[in-house]
Amino acid sequence: MSSVTYGADAKPRVGFFTDTTVCIGCKACEVACKEWNQLPARGDGGAHLEMSGQSYDNTLRLSGETWRHVKFVEQFPQPYEGRWLMMSDVCKHCVQAPCLEVCPTGAIIRTEFDTVVIQSDTCNGCRDCIGACPFGVIDINHVSNTAQKCTLCYDRISVGLEPACSKACPTDSIQFGPISELRERAAARVVQLREQGESRAHLYGADPKGPLGGLNSFFLLVDEPEVYGLPREPKMPSRNLAPGSLLSTFGAIVMAFVGGLTLRASRMRDVARARREDAPRAD
Amino acid sequence: MQTDLPATFFTAPPGFGWLIILYFFIGGIAGGALLLAGLLRLFGTAADRPYIRIASFVALVGAAISGILLIVDLSAPLRFWHMVIQNHTGRLMFKWWSPMSVGVWILLLFGFFSLVAALESLTMDDRPLLRGLRFLARAPFDAIGAIGGIICGLALAGYTGVLLAVTNRPLWADSSWLGIVFLFSAVSTAMATLLLLSHWRRVDSANTNDWLARFDNVTLVLEFFAIVFFLLSLGGAARALLNAWGVVLVLGVIVVGIILPLVIQRRPSHSVVLPAVLVLAGGFMLRMVIMLSSEQIHVSGVQVFR
Repeated sequence: MSSVTYGADAKPRVGFFTDTTVCIGCKACEVACKEWNQLPARGDGGAHLEMSGQSYDNTLRLSGETWRHVKFVEQFPQPYEGRWLMMSDVCKHCVQAPCLEVCPTGAIIRTEFDTVVIQSDTCNGCRDCIGACPFGVIDINHVSNTAQKCTLCYDRISVGLEPACSKACPTDSIQFGPISELRERAAARVVQLREQGESRAHLYGADPKGPLGGLNSFFLLVDEPEVYGLPREPKMPSRNLAPGSLLSTFGAIVMAFVGGLTLRASRMRDVARARREDAPRAD
Repeated sequence: MQTDLPATFFTAPPGFGWLIILYFFIGGIAGGALLLAGLLRLFGTAADRPYIRIASFVALVGAAISGILLIVDLSAPLRFWHMVIQNHTGRLMFKWWSPMSVGVWILLLFGFFSLVAALESLTMDDRPLLRGLRFLARAPFDAIGAIGGIICGLALAGYTGVLLAVTNRPLWADSSWLGIVFLFSAVSTAMATLLLLSHWRRVDSANTNDWLARFDNVTLVLEFFAIVFFLLSLGGAARALLNAWGVVLVLGVIVVGIILPLVIQRRPSHSVVLPAVLVLAGGFMLRMVIMLSSEQIHVSGVQVFR
């Protein structure tokens, strides 16, 4: 509901195209992100690494200290039959960003590149954005005590550099560039995969007419979105604003009227009773 | 991974815990109390004055506690003022489409009107220090104070449910009914608080108690139906309540907090304390169930843990 226009200062819209079919789960993107953004390791940072104990995925989820996360989807219906789906997850930099919409301090802004960035010096850690994000991306960073997430390396792209994660990706699973160019490349890749027999290949978040006006960080998937931990139809939190407010206003009017009318009726009865009691005395 | 999960099940919990549950409970009581004080100021008689005073002070103390709870709950509490003033520009911070931003201003206005109500209730005693504030009890200021208090009280009581609905979390965002559920519950818990405190302070006006009990009965019935509509509107997301929280909702909130007080209050000579305590317990459990049943659901990696 808020719109920011940069006018002549606007830069070409940029984002990520993540081709999950070529991700090898090396986690170079996770490491590069942590190094560039000076993010701490999980746990105590060394001696006692936290292990999930159930997967090669020990990062488990995006957080305030982990802005890139390589998901390992393990599909093994039989012991010697199955596959890993790997996907480097990140903030989607939604064209209509739910986090930006609800932020009560104005800490979350849209940049001239059409990316979404949290200003750490403004955020007070109210956590409204965490519940609003449809992808579970945002979390509190326990060093700054503010909400944090991927900035799409705003500091790097501002000076013409590529984000650290895509720069480090050895298979080009993560590709950075202007959105229009990435969409063309992604569509061509889907066609190529389908020609090779992978009929399930499809793009998630590339459609500008899709949910949230499209995602500036979109993905090529070869299974249902839910399999990758992605919602099929991500939604804006404001969908409940008008109906919720109207219902509450209706309830408030009912309360005021019921309270006022019952009190008025009660007092009228008191007056009538008092008059009845006074009447014989007047005689 | 189930592919029929509602979209809200793929989000992360914001970590709204006990401080926020307490805020929703105390803020709701405070909001309802200022509504009751306002109604009694507009339509009441001299016999209602002690009730007005108690309700006004419940609202004022509730507003102060609410503010403290909200500030302490922030991850960076010293930056609480960023909610009302933009730290980069010094301009006022207000987003009408963000319930949290609106809620901050509602709480500020509520604090003002509850202070006015409390001061006005003190001027009734003819204290020399407060003589200068007697204008608050005269027209048109008395009516402005009462109506402003009613509006702010209702807003504080109801906005919290809308705030939860304007997220993407399971249960909260799967229905638009939370605001009205919280609103009715806030008013009923405020009446219970007023009945309890007036009983404790030995303020005993049979007529006012009778009105409070009648109004409470209507509110509890409305709250019951609002909860039913809320549950029906959840659709597939209601599966989040197929656990111990669902049991607490049915037994604690509906049976103990709504049905039992209604039954007890129908008896000719019933205790004031018992139904009021049950309503308060039900109101607290309602907020606890709504908050914690959603908070426990989070996507970790690609598995949904509950």
